[in-house]
Amino acid sequence: MRQIDYSFIAIVLAALLLALGAVVFPLWLLSTIVNIIAKALVVIGVILLMRGGLVSFGQGLYYCIGGYVVGLGGQLLGITDIVLLLVFAAIIGIVSGAVIGLLMSRFREIFFAMFSLAIAMILYGMLSQSQALGSTDGFNVARVTALGIELTAGQASLLIYLVACALAAILSILTHIYYKSEVGFACLAAGENEVRLQYLGATPNRIFYGTYIIAATLAALGGALTAINYGHVGPNMTYWTQSGEFIFIALLGGSGSVMAAFVGSTLFEFVRTYALEFAPDAWQLILGTVLVLIIFFLPDGLWSLIQPARSSARIKRRGKAPS
Amino acid sequence: MTFLAIVIDGFIYASWLFIIAAGLSLIYGVMRILNMAHGSFYAIGAYTVASLAGWYWSAGLPPYGGIVLMFVIALAVGALVGFVIERGVLRFLMDRDQIVMVLVTFGLLLMFEDIIKLMWGVQSYYAPEPYSLFGSTDVGDLVFVNYDLAMVGVAALVAFLLWFGLNRTRQGKLLRAVIHDRELAITMGINVRRLFVITFSVGAALGTLAGGLVAPAIAVTPGIGIEIIVLAFAVVVTGGLGSIQGALVGSILIGLARAAAVNLYPELELFVIYGVMALVLIFKPRGLFALASTRKI
Repeated sequence: MRQIDYSFIAIVLAALLLALGAVVFPLWLLSTIVNIIAKALVVIGVILLMRGGLVSFGQGLYYCIGGYVVGLGGQLLGITDIVLLLVFAAIIGIVSGAVIGLLMSRFREIFFAMFSLAIAMILYGMLSQSQALGSTDGFNVARVTALGIELTAGQASLLIYLVACALAAILSILTHIYYKSEVGFACLAAGENEVRLQYLGATPNRIFYGTYIIAATLAALGGALTAINYGHVGPNMTYWTQSGEFIFIALLGGSGSVMAAFVGSTLFEFVRTYALEFAPDAWQLILGTVLVLIIFFLPDGLWSLIQPARSSARIKRRGKAPS
Repeated sequence: MTFLAIVIDGFIYASWLFIIAAGLSLIYGVMRILNMAHGSFYAIGAYTVASLAGWYWSAGLPPYGGIVLMFVIALAVGALVGFVIERGVLRFLMDRDQIVMVLVTFGLLLMFEDIIKLMWGVQSYYAPEPYSLFGSTDVGDLVFVNYDLAMVGVAALVAFLLWFGLNRTRQGKLLRAVIHDRELAITMGINVRRLFVITFSVGAALGTLAGGLVAPAIAVTPGIGIEIIVLAFAVVVTGGLGSIQGALVGSILIGLARAAAVNLYPELELFVIYGVMALVLIFKPRGLFALASTRKI
């Protein structure tokens, strides 16, 4: 008998509740939540790759591409419509992911990590040297509009918030479908043992290629949302420490469920806000300590406290024979 | 003339890169740990030397003694930190996946960033005295600081000692056995855990040595460890992880490429470094001198 999957209902309900919260939430909280959602979208992509045993130390690349697409779309093409901008960012994310993915899908393990890092740093090098794009400072992004209507600052933040909630719900559902699909399971299997998967008739490279494009698109959307939310983009979005932050959140939440990315992202933002207020000099110390402790004691992330993993997609606990 | 400048600049930069990369590659070869905390070792070396050298020179003691002290202090502090990290953290995780080790050392790198700030504060440290101690050499209308040129000699010495240690001593032969096949080495009765401690301490000492030697030439500020580590990665990945000769070739390649960019198109500096790495990886996905790998089912 087929088990009923309540996840869809849960996701939709959560998104609706969150959207309703706009009535009572103060403005700063709206912006913070949008930021959490934006990061969580990138993290979902990181987790998708992690399920296949690939750790991307360069997801900031697409995060940055998404952000700059929004910035340049407003500046050069005069597009300020929020939906158009997001669609535009997603398309560029798919295209760039498809091109770079051709190379990336050949790499595994730390070579994948290092190569993704190199490509992200190439973009960083180019952006931080280009005077036209504001070098290391980046540039400001124009306020968004909706259907050609100019908005006040308050209306704009409300709109961004609602769009972010909708986007989070749609992408969570799509990711959940992917998790339960054949490709999703095949990706998990490829992370465990590629050769066996090949004997079963699947092509790991193609699976990784597809997953890589999905992750790139999610990161581009996350970056676009961040750019719209903050009204500013800069090359720091593709610096490797930013990519490291995404990996940190992914490990914090764990890969047990789509929701884990949101839990991890929320917690991260929460801790950061308070750490920066009370112990600004020890923020990285806290971050590093938590990271090491999680790897030691909670390899499946915080989500494993809520839902203990069965066939887990965790970062492998046991090392393979050194190859 | 520009050509000469590129070659000499390139080799100076390469020798400095090599000292960092050699430690990183040695640790990876033996322990299969791609050590992100290597950037912290570099920073610790730079801070220690900058503050100690500052104290030494202001005390008015004989200047050449200060150079010796720099080496001793940098190596000692590196070996100590390496020992503590290996015994305190890494040894508990040795059976985990390689990528987990990258993440753990990433956590350590973040921790060290703040620990360094807590110990030394956020202001810059300068220790310029050793840098000007040896004077400079004129080549045509180009001026090279002798301290920089001496770096090439130090790097060559490090390369020779590593080669000698790995190929001509008993410990080195044991290490090569471990690099080749860890499990087999254990079954042959080699005490791998002891070798791990030694390797990690030596590798860390090379990281702090590089930081200590570069300290007089730069302003030592927070964040230098984070900047340097991705650069060192580019070198070792280009050369082939775990291979010392790979680190040598990788650092020369990247050193020359960077010097060419700095002299001809300064805007391309960062681009060139990672561009070289990407180009090599496209054709040789495991680097130029990759360790042989077995395909296991």
